[in-house]
Amino acid sequence: MDKPYQRRDLLGIRDLTAAEIIGILDTAENFREISDREIKKVPTLRGKTVINLFFENSTRTRTSFEIAAKRLSADAVNISVSSSSVSKGETLLDTALNLDAMAPDCIVVRHSSAGVPHQLAKVSRAAIVNAGDGANEHPTQALLDAMTIREHKKKIQGLEIAIIGDIIHSRVARSNIHLMTKLGAKVRVAGPGTLVPGDFQYLVDKNLQVCPNLEQAIKGADVVMILRIQRERQDSAYFPTLREYAIHYGLTNERLKLAKKDAIVLHPGPMNRGIEISSEVADSSRSLILDQVKYGVAVRMAVLYLATGGSMGSN
Amino acid sequence: MADEIHLVEKSRIMDAARMKRALSRLASEIVENNQGAKDLYLVGIRRRGVPLAERIADKIEALEGERPLYGILDITLYRDDLSTVGANPVVNRTELKDDIEGKKIILVDDVLYTGRTIRAALDQLMDFGRPKRVQLAVLIDRGREHRELPIQADFIGKVVPTKQTEIIKVMLKEYDDVEAVGIFERP
Repeated sequence: MDKPYQRRDLLGIRDLTAAEIIGILDTAENFREISDREIKKVPTLRGKTVINLFFENSTRTRTSFEIAAKRLSADAVNISVSSSSVSKGETLLDTALNLDAMAPDCIVVRHSSAGVPHQLAKVSRAAIVNAGDGANEHPTQALLDAMTIREHKKKIQGLEIAIIGDIIHSRVARSNIHLMTKLGAKVRVAGPGTLVPGDFQYLVDKNLQVCPNLEQAIKGADVVMILRIQRERQDSAYFPTLREYAIHYGLTNERLKLAKKDAIVLHPGPMNRGIEISSEVADSSRSLILDQVKYGVAVRMAVLYLATGGSMGSN
Repeated sequence: MADEIHLVEKSRIMDAARMKRALSRLASEIVENNQGAKDLYLVGIRRRGVPLAERIADKIEALEGERPLYGILDITLYRDDLSTVGANPVVNRTELKDDIEGKKIILVDDVLYTGRTIRAALDQLMDFGRPKRVQLAVLIDRGREHRELPIQADFIGKVVPTKQTEIIKVMLKEYDDVEAVGIFERP
């Protein structure tokens, strides 16, 4: 257990073992304290370059990775799609090769297509960290969710975790399903029939259960994860109206009573208040949304450290 | 740590009683040099400096009736040998709950060898504030000829001249079966 994490790329939770996941979480625990210091910076990754390559809009995740890189003294460069050559017709492969020629140590990538980080990992010498690829995975989100749950529940093994909402489009749901089941939790998912693939449970794990409605999924849960309704992906008719979604799948105080008394509520943000989560729940003490954001920095520091850090020298 | 199995102990330079006496002397020297325990702040360097700092703090409290402040440094993130190959060192937490500003810091480690660990500890310490002074206490000093940086200890339990091929192990009941210091070598 001295070296629980040997991988350089972080492409998805699916590829990790439980020991590797725990190794990342334990490392992240020890990075937390740095953000409470007066000088929030350690020299660990001095001279390393981290490129944040975002083909999709993101404020929270990109900022979180940027802050994490800077607190480790790495040089962080942000490239977003609007300012990149992609809009001038360059292919993904050419973009990757060009970036690689500038010798970054790590590329953090977000893209609307699943598998883009995996393609980059094949051609780039830099360590690749997936910051969200299409509907596939968002590993650092699941890791920071796990860190938040561990902080409040002291464990993940044996917990009942409900994930509510647009499961089919959600990389957050996929990464969390992998992570939570690998660490021994039971996961239940629910959402409108059009947004929850019925055969999902056979594809993933026996510890995943697809519930026909929100009430069944939440009943007795220790953790309720609310997914964001991705309004930008709602051009086709998955459900009639946002109002109807809120009526059937919005998390209210009344519905939260079905969960365990000490159940906690997570949301990956940004929230649509009054749609998937009511303001009274979002602003209550059970909602740990800001903790998630706080732990996100520690998790990303750990991931960058493990992706670019080096060996224990002889001493 | 798997390679520890292959180490052979050549000689034992301290047993539990001698270690206890050495730590008592270190505690006395520290308070004598600093005219008491006021503003003293003992900082143990992970891993084995931590229990040593704690024991010295106990002895200072017994001597002066006042317990010095106490903290822990993990220097992993300040190492100068994070290269690009192999496995990552495990990061542990630094715990300096009390402000170090204006305090008299005593860094405590088990063995002083190249001096690089102490350099990393000093760098990290300065990121936390501006102490009044910083001194170094070690249980074992392997000798100046091994130093790769201009760093010396202010308080030394025992100077043990060693060869580079030798390994000094400080064994403490917090981590090991015995309380002792031994010289080891690969056979």
